[in-house]
Order: sequence, then C-alpha cells, then structure tokens
Amino acid sequence: MSALVSQHGLFILIGVIVLLQAAAGLRDRGNANRWIGALFWALFSLPFLFGDTLVQDWGPAAAYRAAGIVVVALALLAGSGRVRARGELQQRPAPAPPPTFRLLTPALLIPVVTLLCVTLLVKLKFGSLPLLDTANPTLTALGVAGVCALLAGWALTGGTPLLAVSESRRLFGAAGDALVLPQMLAMLGGVFIAAHTGDAVQHLAVSAIAPGQRLLPVVIYGLGMALFTMVMGNAFAAFPVMSAGIALPYLIQGQGAHAAPLLAMGMYCGYCGTLLTPMAANFNMVPAALLDLRDRYKVIKVQAPTALCLLAINIALIYCLAF
Amino acid sequence: MQQWLPLLGVPVMVLGFALRLNALLVVLIAGALTGWANGLDFDALLQLFGQKFLAARQLAAFVLVLPVIGLLEHYGLKTRIRELVVRRRAATAARILMLYFVLRDLTGVLGMPQTAGQVQTVRPLLAPMVEAAAEARHGELPAPVRELLRAHAAACDNIAIFFSEDIFIAFGAVLLIDAFLKDSGIAGITPLQIGLWGIPTALCALAVHFLRLARLDAAIERQVREHRAAATVGP
Repeated sequence: MSALVSQHGLFILIGVIVLLQAAAGLRDRGNANRWIGALFWALFSLPFLFGDTLVQDWGPAAAYRAAGIVVVALALLAGSGRVRARGELQQRPAPAPPPTFRLLTPALLIPVVTLLCVTLLVKLKFGSLPLLDTANPTLTALGVAGVCALLAGWALTGGTPLLAVSESRRLFGAAGDALVLPQMLAMLGGVFIAAHTGDAVQHLAVSAIAPGQRLLPVVIYGLGMALFTMVMGNAFAAFPVMSAGIALPYLIQGQGAHAAPLLAMGMYCGYCGTLLTPMAANFNMVPAALLDLRDRYKVIKVQAPTALCLLAINIALIYCLAF
Repeated sequence: MQQWLPLLGVPVMVLGFALRLNALLVVLIAGALTGWANGLDFDALLQLFGQKFLAARQLAAFVLVLPVIGLLEHYGLKTRIRELVVRRRAATAARILMLYFVLRDLTGVLGMPQTAGQVQTVRPLLAPMVEAAAEARHGELPAPVRELLRAHAAACDNIAIFFSEDIFIAFGAVLLIDAFLKDSGIAGITPLQIGLWGIPTALCALAVHFLRLARLDAAIERQVREHRAAATVGP
C-alpha cells in the first residue's frame, strides 16, 4: 500500500458508486432504457473494481484483453442510443428544505477540503505511510473532498450516502455515456500515439516551410499546436511533436528565437485548441452533459470566439516577443 | 500514401461528430481503423484499447463528487442558491461570471487548480447562481437562454484555468517545457522564466473574455425580449 488514501482505493470507490447506479436505475420503471443503462453502468464499473487485481493475477496481456472487451461492449451499448435515461425517473417526495447554511456548507466543503488536501494534508504522514497518494493529486483531492462533503451532507441534512448515490442517478442518467467519453478519447489518443500520428502531422506541417522564413513557421507552429491538440484532445501530447518538428529546427536554431516565450506561448496555442475540440471531453463534453445541455457542443461554441481571438493574439505575441 | 495512414482516424472522428453519431461508437471505429491501418491485428488492438482505457481511469475522478451533488439537489440546493442571489441586486449573470473568472485565475496562479472545476464548483454552484441572477432580472428564461448561461459558466472555468495555471512554476506544462528544453540541449532557462512568459497571454485571455462578458447581460435581455415577442405573435 503506497498511501492511506491510495489511487487503488479510490478506483474501488468509483467502481462501487458506478455499480450502485446500475442498481438504483433499475428501480425507475418509468425509464424505458433502464435495462440497457444498468448493463452499461455495471460494465463500466468493472475496470475500476477489478482492473488492478486482474493485471496482478492474470498478467497484463490477459487483463488488457478483458478490459478491451469491456471497452468494445460499452461502445456498442452506447451505439444503440439507449443508455441515456428516457421517460420519468421515480420522484421521491420532496423533503422539507433544510436551512440554507446546511445545504451550502457541504457544497462549499468541496473546494475547501480540496484546498486543504493540496496544501496541508499532502504533507501528512503516519509513520512512513503518507496520508494521501501524491501520484495523482486531482483524483486524491476529489476523492477526499467528495467523501467529506458527503459525510457533512449526511450530518446536516440527514440524507444517507445511499440516498445520495441513488439521487445522483439523475446526473448519471441525464449525462449517459458522455461520462465515459474522456476515458475513451484518452484511449484513442493512446492509439494515435502508437500509430505514430505525430510523425505524420510533423511531416505535413514541415512540408510547407522553407528555411529562412520567420513569419510562416511561427504561424504554422501556432496553428499546428492548436490543430494537433484538437486531434489529440490534449496539448501535452501535441507539444513535443510540434516543438521538436518546427519550433526547434526552424525558429530556435534557424531564426534565433528565444525559447522561453516561444514555447510558453506555443503551449497556450495548444490550449486554444483544447477549448475548440470535443476530443477534450472532460473539459467540453462532460460539463455539457452534466449541465443537461441539449446542444452537446454548446460549451465549445461559447468558448470559440475567445479561443480563436486568443490564438491570433498568441501567434502575434510570439512573433513580437520571441525575436 | 503510407505516411498518411496514421491520420486515418481524424476524418472518421470529424465525420462522426459532424453527423452526430454516438461519440463512443465513433471513437471505437476511429481507433480500430487507425490500428488496422497501422498493421495491428485484432488481439493486439483489443489489448491496446484495454491498456489505454485502464491507464486513463483517473479521468473518471468526477464520479466521486456526483453523489453529494445529487444529495444536496434532492434537498433543494438550487432553490436556496436562487434565494441568496436574488437578494443581491448588483449580482448580474455577467458580473458573477467575471468574479468567478478572477477567483479561478487565482487558484491557477497559486498552483491549486483542483480547488475548483466543472464538477466541484460549476455544476453545483456557479451555473445555478448565474441562472438565478438572470432570472431575477429578466423573469422566466426561455430554454436557449438557459443553455447559453450554463455553457458560459462551464466556458468561464475552462478559459480562466487554462490561461492561468501555466504561470505557476510547478505546473505540469511548465515542467514539460523545462524537460523539452533539457532534452534539446538548450541551457540557461529557468522554470520561473517560462512561467513569467505565460503572463502576457493570461492578461489577454482576461481582457478578451471580459469584453465578451461585458456584453452578455444586454444580449440576454435582448434574447428574452425577442423570445417573448415571438411567443405573443399568434398564428
């Protein structure tokens, strides 16, 4: 065990919450899609509940194959278009609303506890065992904050964690398979990397550049960062490819550009791409699903004017400040 | 020809998303085609899928926060937030978004991006506040305006955090740039310099987005008015 609150433990907790969704959803007799939905959530819980154990017991190859089969099954179920809840969800009688501070305290606890996690708790140790797993700070912080807020909610409203999981099925049901999208897209990014997509993109970008130019490579670097980020859904994946392919040979070595502003702003060009792509699902698609937006691309559409403006400004800034 | 094969998945994604096919299915097809075009057999592809899917499990971290949101909304969190916002006359949708933008910038600059986010703060707090503020001023909101405001809440969080977290020197992006510089044999650039060069864009992001938000309240009023006018015109 690497820490008291470990990544493995949090994965199990995620698995349990997702599996309980499957059970809770089955009671919604008004939901015409409840069986497909339950099967979908039950399948999605498996990699969290058993992923680590299987890799240890079966060896990587067999465990990855099993996870691959789950992935294909999830996609096929989603493709049937019947994962999202349809029809009336069972309404519990609305309880007498508790005073404002009792409701707001647990909600505000989420950012406050996260703050404590990243500043203080991360340093706490019991003997040689750290309290928090530092390998993945976001996961740990969300886990601790989620559980603390849930307990506070229980104490202040009287609603049990089981009721909480059952009531969150509205969120799961409305969002449906969009909640699995971030992982699927990260998987696709992994396949792209395995297929050397970066080399092809680099080849494509470089083919337009002649040595001795300054403006054109700057524009291609900035646009390339944005476009390749849109393909990968992640600026960190695009950065080494575009920087090694264009920034280093044509701008830093070829034109004597200052590396610090060039690369810092080049990364920002990639972030402009992140704002524009459904591939960055955890930023653009999951929020749209959780906020119950009918237009799944609405968040991207609202971000687009700012993102395009900033991309142009960024490219201009590189041209002015890096030389 | 051979060199373009790795890109085969990209047009598939674009086409699939444009046709609004189910996203998971499109991703699966794009992945399978890309793998197949690059000589992976079925079993190797299945294993690659599984490996990458398992490696990306931390992306589901938001699931850990959904139960408490479900619980609080069951007990009427949205109603309570509405009551709080409505009492403050100065709180308009755009002003709340601007305030949140600045606070979110601070979490980034101080290196604490996890303290807020789409699931932690936007869904339970910011979106209901923005909606309630607009409702208090303009009355019942038509569905498209409601969607626009919610999308603005999500966008505000993304834009503010993306263009501020790079200023903090221990953030992943700065470390990645630093590692790239070392690999490329470029010496003499400290993470602090990289962080400082993030400031011009961060300020531009703030300026550009605030200019847009400054016009949001008026845009909402116009849309609500147009919607009412359209609704009262009989056949």
